[in-house]
Amino acid sequence: MSTVVEQVWASLAHLTDPEIPVVTLRELGILRDVTETPDGVEVVITPTYTGCPAMGQIEDDVRGALDEAGIAARVITRLAPAWTTDWISDEAKEKLRVYGIAPPHTTRPDVSVVKFMRHRPAPDAVACPRCGSIHTVVSSQFGSTACKALYKCLDCQEPFDYFKPY
Amino acid sequence: MSAIQPSVAQDRSKQASAPVGGSAPNAVGSVGAPIEYILHLADNAVVLGQRNAEWCGHGPILEEDIAMGNVSLDYIGQARLLYQLAATRMGGDATEDKLAYFRDETQFRNYTLLELPHNGPLVGYAVSDRDYATTVVRNFLYGALMVLVWDALEKSPDADLAAIAAKSLKEARYHLHHAADWLVRFGDGTDESHQRAQAAVDHLFPYTEEFWTPSVAEDAAVAAGAGVDVCSLRAAWDAIVNETLSEATLVRPQVRGYVPEGKHGRHSEHLGYLLGEMQGLARAHPGATW
Ligand SMILES: [Zn+2]
Repeated sequence: MSTVVEQVWASLAHLTDPEIPVVTLRELGILRDVTETPDGVEVVITPTYTGCPAMGQIEDDVRGALDEAGIAARVITRLAPAWTTDWISDEAKEKLRVYGIAPPHTTRPDVSVVKFMRHRPAPDAVACPRCGSIHTVVSSQFGSTACKALYKCLDCQEPFDYFKPY
Repeated sequence: MSAIQPSVAQDRSKQASAPVGGSAPNAVGSVGAPIEYILHLADNAVVLGQRNAEWCGHGPILEEDIAMGNVSLDYIGQARLLYQLAATRMGGDATEDKLAYFRDETQFRNYTLLELPHNGPLVGYAVSDRDYATTVVRNFLYGALMVLVWDALEKSPDADLAAIAAKSLKEARYHLHHAADWLVRFGDGTDESHQRAQAAVDHLFPYTEEFWTPSVAEDAAVAAGAGVDVCSLRAAWDAIVNETLSEATLVRPQVRGYVPEGKHGRHSEHLGYLLGEMQGLARAHPGATW
């Protein structure tokens, strides 16, 4: 890794998700890549959900951190490969849990859409982030944001968010 | 709307060389879907996103109020990526905002199904309570189509469109699950929920005939090798719909005759009201930012 690339990574290391301030953009897989090109340094970010209102803030945060570090770099939003919750590191998943959000399960391997619908599999058991019980039920498939579902723990009775596999 | 550029449009110089409406290469070794086709997909998303957003603050229960807001955000996010792609390929002074806010009713290419209000058959100026069964049935019928469309377009050689499809498919699966779950709850629920769900199915089902009559833009996208032959999806759509209706103890109506033509720009009276609300602010204050 070249010095300038390392500097960019270092200057962005502290940036966290605007809605989940306990995990960094890098841990979430939103901050994808830093490369040196003949035209200068490029920082690649990728959106989570297409309509995620946090993406504008994230891009501003990245530019702001680069400015603050005095680094001239282009910020590029790239869609492919599509962001997936499988990119969230294990450490970050544990931070989510401690924060009160049940972390996402690994996405299921692709099955045909028809099969996906007709044999709707029982969802993986979602463990309560507070007490660890898997005696939980879904209250709503869309929680406080599109990326989360709302669950309720039947043992400790607390509601909680589940970060859905994407 | 502003700012997020479609990935692929990383190198804008390549994009700018794509001719308007053409199927010429947009990147090395790849083909481009016609702009009219991209607009058809974008208009579908923005119109249903706007329609469903009417529930914001008025949902039948708090959880569904929030769910419908989130589903709308997904649709509007998809529409933005598609409008940005179309605008980049059109070049000149085209922007996503101009495409969403400054085209008129007859320029919109969405399915008629998506512009209908959240109630049974009524003329455009009539006032009625919104009916959540109508919302759920529409989201289900359209959601079942879109998981198939995005699944196919994810493999499109148009790399820009394929990238949008890959993301949209992930969201469409959640939309379809949500709608199918509620359809089963309503259909296989109380007498009243069953009756209202069946009425919504009877009202909306004929509008799905529009899915299966390809437009010029859809044919052109297939000819360019970038689109999907919608008729090839029909058996899979039937399977999803029949299976779920059966689980919901609802009856699929016999449909024949009228085929709506929204995607050709011939709309019901309802689209104008919807666009009036959606476009009013942008047109009253052109160029405004916040
Ligand atoms: Zn618990």
